[in-house]
Amino acid sequence: MKAKLILENGMVFEGRAFGYIQETVGEVVFNTGITGYQEVLTDPSYYGQIVTMTYPLIGNYGLNLEDVESQTPKVRGFIVREACDFPSNFRCEIKLNDYLRNNKIMALDQVDTRALTKILRNSGTMKGIIALEDVSEGYIKDKLRAYSNTDAVFKVTTKEKYTIPGTGKHVAIVDYGIKANIIRSFKQRNCKMTIFPANATYEEILNVNPDLIFLSNGPGDPEDLTEAIETLKQLIGKKPIVGICLGHQLLALALGGKTAKLKFGHRGCNHPVKNLEENKVYITSQNHGYYVEELPLDTSVTHVSVNDGTVEGMRHKTLPIYSVQFHPEASPGPRDANNIFDQFLEVSI
Amino acid sequence: MPLNKDIKKVLVIGSGPIVIGQAAEFDYSGTQACEALKEEGVEVVLINSNPATIMTDKEVAHKIYIEPLTIAFIEKVIEKERPDALLAGVGGQTGLNLSVELFEKGILDKYNVKVIGTPIESIKKGEDRELFRNVMKEINQPCIESEIIMDMESGKAYSMKLGYPVIVRPAYTLAGTGGGIANNEEELEIILEQGLHMSAIGQVLIERSVKGWKEVEYEVMRDKQGNCICVCNMENIDPVGIHTGDSIVVAPSQTLSDKEYQMLRSASIDIINAVGIEGGCNVQFALNPNSFEYAVIEINPRVSRSSALASKATGYPIAKVAAKIALGYNLDEIKNAVTKKTYACFEPSLDYVVVKIPKWPFDKFYNADRVLGTKMMATGEVMAIGSNFESAFLKGIRSLDIGRYTLVHKDMMKLSLEELKEKVKAPDDERIFALAEMIRRDFRSEMITKATGIDRFFVKKIKNIVEREEMLKTFTIDMLTKDVLLDLKKNGFADKGIGDLIGVSPDVIYKTRMKWGISPVYNMVDTCAGEFEALTPYFYSTYNTYDEVTVSNKRKVVVIGSGPIRIGQGIEFDYASVHAVKALKKMGIETIIINNNPETVSTDFDISDKLYFEPLTEEDVLNIIDKEKPEGVILQFGGQTAIKLAKFLQAKNIAILGTNSEQIDTAEDREKFDALLEMLDIERPKGIAVWNMEQGSDEAEKLGYPVLVRPSYVLGGQGMEITYTQDELVYYLKNAFEKDKKNPVLIDKYLMGKEIEVDAICDGEEILIPGIMEHLERAGVHSGDSITMYPTQNVSSTIKEKVLEYTRKLALGIGIKGMINIQFIEHNEKLYVIEVNPRASRTVPYISKVSGVPIVELATKVMLGHKLGELGYGIDVYQEPELVAVKVPVFSTQKLPGVEVCLGPEMRSTGEVLGVGADIYEALYKGCLGAGLQLVKNKGVVLATINDHDKEEFLNIAKELNALGYRLMCTSGTAKFLKQAGLQVDTVRKLNEEEPNILNLIKNMEVDLVINTPTKGKDALREGFMIRRAAVEKNIAVFTVLDTIKTLIEVTKRYQSDLEIKDMKIYNMGK
Repeated sequence: MKAKLILENGMVFEGRAFGYIQETVGEVVFNTGITGYQEVLTDPSYYGQIVTMTYPLIGNYGLNLEDVESQTPKVRGFIVREACDFPSNFRCEIKLNDYLRNNKIMALDQVDTRALTKILRNSGTMKGIIALEDVSEGYIKDKLRAYSNTDAVFKVTTKEKYTIPGTGKHVAIVDYGIKANIIRSFKQRNCKMTIFPANATYEEILNVNPDLIFLSNGPGDPEDLTEAIETLKQLIGKKPIVGICLGHQLLALALGGKTAKLKFGHRGCNHPVKNLEENKVYITSQNHGYYVEELPLDTSVTHVSVNDGTVEGMRHKTLPIYSVQFHPEASPGPRDANNIFDQFLEVSI
Repeated sequence: MPLNKDIKKVLVIGSGPIVIGQAAEFDYSGTQACEALKEEGVEVVLINSNPATIMTDKEVAHKIYIEPLTIAFIEKVIEKERPDALLAGVGGQTGLNLSVELFEKGILDKYNVKVIGTPIESIKKGEDRELFRNVMKEINQPCIESEIIMDMESGKAYSMKLGYPVIVRPAYTLAGTGGGIANNEEELEIILEQGLHMSAIGQVLIERSVKGWKEVEYEVMRDKQGNCICVCNMENIDPVGIHTGDSIVVAPSQTLSDKEYQMLRSASIDIINAVGIEGGCNVQFALNPNSFEYAVIEINPRVSRSSALASKATGYPIAKVAAKIALGYNLDEIKNAVTKKTYACFEPSLDYVVVKIPKWPFDKFYNADRVLGTKMMATGEVMAIGSNFESAFLKGIRSLDIGRYTLVHKDMMKLSLEELKEKVKAPDDERIFALAEMIRRDFRSEMITKATGIDRFFVKKIKNIVEREEMLKTFTIDMLTKDVLLDLKKNGFADKGIGDLIGVSPDVIYKTRMKWGISPVYNMVDTCAGEFEALTPYFYSTYNTYDEVTVSNKRKVVVIGSGPIRIGQGIEFDYASVHAVKALKKMGIETIIINNNPETVSTDFDISDKLYFEPLTEEDVLNIIDKEKPEGVILQFGGQTAIKLAKFLQAKNIAILGTNSEQIDTAEDREKFDALLEMLDIERPKGIAVWNMEQGSDEAEKLGYPVLVRPSYVLGGQGMEITYTQDELVYYLKNAFEKDKKNPVLIDKYLMGKEIEVDAICDGEEILIPGIMEHLERAGVHSGDSITMYPTQNVSSTIKEKVLEYTRKLALGIGIKGMINIQFIEHNEKLYVIEVNPRASRTVPYISKVSGVPIVELATKVMLGHKLGELGYGIDVYQEPELVAVKVPVFSTQKLPGVEVCLGPEMRSTGEVLGVGADIYEALYKGCLGAGLQLVKNKGVVLATINDHDKEEFLNIAKELNALGYRLMCTSGTAKFLKQAGLQVDTVRKLNEEEPNILNLIKNMEVDLVINTPTKGKDALREGFMIRRAAVEKNIAVFTVLDTIKTLIEVTKRYQSDLEIKDMKIYNMGK
């Protein structure tokens, strides 16, 4: 059946509904990765967002139970040019349409995704609604106004603390919506992990006496997480702290820096990041709508985006604190910066 | 690291003549590299033997040497120019091998030339199979189980151990030459022997066959600092077992999940780090479709055909960036040429699908063995871009210029399912049509995948097309709704394809589309999937909603390109198209180019103001013209592909600049042309159309043998031939009428005279002939296959005046405005016209370069209303240069099993080289050397089998060869004849006689040279054919026209000592 995406600015994109057919509202963003739609769908950082893929053929290799970044898809909606209904891959276990339907995710295909991408690029990320029928302007306004994603982190964080045994360094992970491959990356390095919910107190974290505190990625605006920032302030100086993406932004805020929203974000698998310490460029996987606009005192930039010069990593000058904006765990995307995890462990006690 | 200021003068080695496996892509990458070097203020010295290239243009390099690509001549250039660096990786395999050799011989050290870009050590690691395998072992990259073999016995033993089938790959050869798949020991013996011989170092690799695995390629780049990026990955639709140059390739990969994609991407980067690439590199993998198992097939540590394709598919200029890296820059210091904001250090993201389809020469070489394998046979390729696979694929099919607009193929319809299945299992160039026909007959997709190794994803995509075709077959025009039509257009269906299936003309579909407002929009190839604003106007059509083209209100002209490289329509036409664009730009006119060949300079987005990467069919061209509304369209430079659009465009009231459709028709329609000749009182060889064998024999008798015969309507397999006797004629006619009873055969008197050729420009009042050319071989050899000399050597001034007079008459008589090409025969001091082409020909770049007349520029200006008198090059015949230049054809027949070798009225060459000298002999020496024609010095063995009417003439040649120290071996007839004349000759047994016979001699390579003048052509069963094929496959030079060997003898006589060659001059053509 036909359905349409209506953007905050009134623009309408028609398409065909698939997946779970039900109206949905979210922040509309685009991702330029050619492969990796399964990882994108299940990445908790996309919670609350309607994701459009710029690559036109999506679903070609189907989905499986292995390549997930969390147990369920986290996007609010999914927009593609052509959804493949006859996937081919030796690991394909479920078709895109079936996966989305079973997980209650509304999707649209036959959309001019390039046109949509250019609108988002020029006007900036905005809210949108995927509607099944003609709806009034007032209805749309109300729906978009009612949309809020400020509690996103609490929707995707772990409910309970849990541990993953390991013989190496003990990492306390604060889960703001962690991607599974981050956990796999620490596991590969034999780490013992204690994973905390986003609202864990600093005492709870310090109680396990970790060698390293890791702040995960996650959805939404870091400035919304005032309590988490307070908790971090108390942790700073007590233990080595590292972070990725939202974790990096929260760390910057806790240290007195500033964050801001990017016009249309960095979402894709082709983002060059220059490591200033090595004077080397890595192609990285990225997924962020916010960035560290102003570095905290006593920190220095370790990585910058080659495309727009924004901060992609920072290190504290005196304390064992180091964080990156991009995703060294990849999934999806290039694994070139995987050694960041080794650098994290070097920061630990 | 920024620019290395120590590099001031760089030597660039080009790739030489176009051969199968090394085509226009190296003109594209070479030109781009030269421009990139110049941008940095570096002086560029170029050596390339191929004159039909943009890279050998004055504007591209500072010093240009169109000289043979041999070590001796490159050393001459180095000695004269003293470059401080050599850029090795842009001249294909030829340039790379020569660079390694220059290094190994100490020549680079001697003149203090350092290699920039990927270092020699790294090149060797990438190219030498053993070194490469060791590197792969060190970094734990799996290679296909294999062993380096240097002799037959160990080859057999190893293959036995490995288990058949095995793949044989010779080291240091181009496009898999000399390799193949051996299914058993018998096949191995043949392939291995050949492979060992073809390899420059007598080395082959025997490897486990992973036939059926997916073949996936990555184009990667690395700078000195170790920054690596992956420009693009590509998936071959055809599985491992078919050379990637013969595979249909799609970019990006479609059936790899992120895990597999990244696994192979990481492997590519690990490999180029370990090898130490500084520039571009191609990495090929075989991927097991049922697991994560993969193996590295090979790498190409240079720019390649694949890198050209990747550049065009993504908008990322690999050769340019590679050149900058060679000069010291790091990737993050080089700007992205498309966005001009971001940097070269990123990975392009595509938001469309790209399909590349090879163009094979089998329409010309009907007898060729068409089965595809590990040896490349395609002469060219097309690329198509679409928003989905179906549209890119169908655009690609119609870009091939084979008259196909759908997947319906009549020949396939005649085959049984069993036959079709056999056809797709031993795939040839038509396998896709066979596969489509199987789908049409409901053969299960899964089983097609099983039989072919083609992924079910692609089979299903083709099924989507076939299903729509089948639906259309049941339609009448009234049933075509707006929604259905839009769906068809979105899936790439051409108006003609739809019309053919419904049974209406394409115009009906076009008008229906217009009524419903269904027109394509044009989207941009921007390297970044729309993430950043892009400034480069490189477009493809799609039936999306938003158009991204800004149509200007400037004066603008559309130039139609020539499509894929094929026999008879090569790189020369791209040269002309590019120069037309450059001329228009100089005149301040906005330029728009339409073309579909990813290998060429014309499709570099830097060349024209706008590039439309589209098929060159009536509909696709019209859609763009409808949108852009140009002042006019230029067709004269795009070969027949462009010219054949004339009638259609004129009917649509679109201005054709220069010679118009009716005038073109006057030159191309036999009857109209004959009438014109009669009116102008110009003679052509007498001829007549015959309808049966009896009439044919009678008419030939009247004309007098020999006669030239050809079908009036060209069908595959029956080309033009010269017949000397009634027997030969009857044989030909029998064949021709068996194949086609409905059309007559044309019989012309064959005049064994001298061929003379001109390219001329006409402004409607005056003409300018930049140069009159003389063919070295007698008439009857296709002009593209004969050695061409300029200035003429044996043409009297009277005849030259006649040439001018006839050219003027013809140009004005036809109404030419722009280019005309005319071929004449001088016979008994009389001049006859044999052919007129109302367009630019393949000799245009050659004559432009040697005469210094910017032919295409003048022709373009004339088309826009200028008069020759005001253009500064005068009228009539342009002054002759002091130097003599010859164009020598180069053949790829070796790579095409079953294809006739001998020269004849049908063109077979794929490329050409130039020889420039102070006199004709110096020019011929260089030309022949550059083309690989050389008499082996001292004590060679010449094997000669000469037909009866050539024997008398051969006598002198035999004497000369004897005097030069050659031993002659001949079959009984020729031997007897020569012995009677007192020559010492060894007699060899004929093919049908007991062994060892003539064929054994060739196969054992006991001869150095074969001279064979054919009796009846095209008959693959004949002895001569087998002799020629056997020789060419053994890399033994074959001469089939006595003129060529005579010339070679003359040249050899003059340049016998090394000293003479050492003193031979080289000429800078860049002045």
